[in-house]
Amino acid sequence: MIAPDAVPYLPRGVRLHRDHVRDRWVLLAPERTISLDVIGHAIITELDGSSGFAQIVDRLAAKYDAPADQIAGDVQQFLGQLAERRFLEVRA
Amino acid sequence: MKVPAPLAMLAELTHRCPLSCPYCSNPVELAARSGELTTEEWISTFKQAADLGVLQLHLSGGEPATRRDLTELVKGARDAGLYTNLITSGIGLTEKRMHELDAAGLDHIQLSLQGTDAEMADRIGGYRGGYERKMQVAGWIKEIGFPLTLNAVLHRQNLHQLPRALEMAVEMGARRIEVAIVQFYGWAMLNRNVLMPTREQAKEAERIVAKAREDLKGTLVIDFVPADYHSDYPKRCMGGWGTTGLNIAPDGQVLPCHAAQTIKHLKFENVRDKPLADIWYQSDAFNTYRGTDFLPEPCQSCDRKKIDFGGCRCQALAVAGDASATDPVCVKSPFNDKMRALAEDFSADEAAEITYRTAAG
Repeated sequence: MIAPDAVPYLPRGVRLHRDHVRDRWVLLAPERTISLDVIGHAIITELDGSSGFAQIVDRLAAKYDAPADQIAGDVQQFLGQLAERRFLEVRA
Repeated sequence: MKVPAPLAMLAELTHRCPLSCPYCSNPVELAARSGELTTEEWISTFKQAADLGVLQLHLSGGEPATRRDLTELVKGARDAGLYTNLITSGIGLTEKRMHELDAAGLDHIQLSLQGTDAEMADRIGGYRGGYERKMQVAGWIKEIGFPLTLNAVLHRQNLHQLPRALEMAVEMGARRIEVAIVQFYGWAMLNRNVLMPTREQAKEAERIVAKAREDLKGTLVIDFVPADYHSDYPKRCMGGWGTTGLNIAPDGQVLPCHAAQTIKHLKFENVRDKPLADIWYQSDAFNTYRGTDFLPEPCQSCDRKKIDFGGCRCQALAVAGDASATDPVCVKSPFNDKMRALAEDFSADEAAEITYRTAAG
């Protein structure tokens, strides 16, 4: 679980990329390419290296006019999976 | 079938290498330095690849660091928009050169491991002092902060070192390790009697990997390439022939996989003569084994047909004598008994001696 004030960020070697040929956003990582849907892309673009998890959730909740606790669950799951595969780091 | 755009390209920049590993995936007939693509030709190929849809570029060899223009090539690849991965033994990389690669935008390094101590690594690599040099390079990788994958190639001689290789990956700060049990292509075909793991070793490796995946969850990602002579079903070779990736040989020949030149009836096109997109979509070499129409029984009526596409064409040729046959790794293949007998016999050859790879001209 990512704590509310912990800062998730993309480590060196993982970056957002516009795949023009396939008309989609992807995360490029060491020997892996992760296709992002609209929600995944929205979450990734909120990772600015300084915002805490709760702040990110609040911004997404405002932007998409959705309840924060529901967004928190989705973001937790999405980022948790990336962290498990070492595509995301979390600073306490 | 609609042909998808490729995602990954392996650029074999050169066949030259200071090491002479007996399982080198380069062909036994090595390309000479004089025929290698120039800097400009490589960079043009990278641009064409990016336009074609390639996202991931693997710079390999031989040893890519033997190319003096490596930094320039990395920069060219990054400018083309590609994710650049350097596949290296570390030999030929200096601290200064690594800072240059960093500045050029190199995204990731995959460092090969021939053994977990100097005695083993230098014997397998056939290069004295190589291990010590590699450890120095690993230190620089960590200092500079390059994301690292350790690539441990394992076989009967060094499979007992797997637990230590996993520890080393963690110590080096690698996020990922590729535990690759040697696959039999290129030079490894000449060394099956030296390298073939026993069935017990192959099983033990699976157990160790399964446990390490649990223990190191979130710390180290483990990709595992099992011993396919001891497997029940074939690998999904290249993710499907001509669907996911392509290789460029040092002289510009475009190959569906690194061993494809063993299939003598295929004719390969060259980036010096044709646009890469034409080669990918239209050449016979890519179209011959695309999809599943060419497959015989037992593949045609098998529910795994879309999972493994009948396995590996080069292995089908090497063991079953027919490149369009079912990969003999498969328990349903009529040649599976032969495959198992080969695995047994080779793995029991105690007197076998290493045939080292020779130098590229």
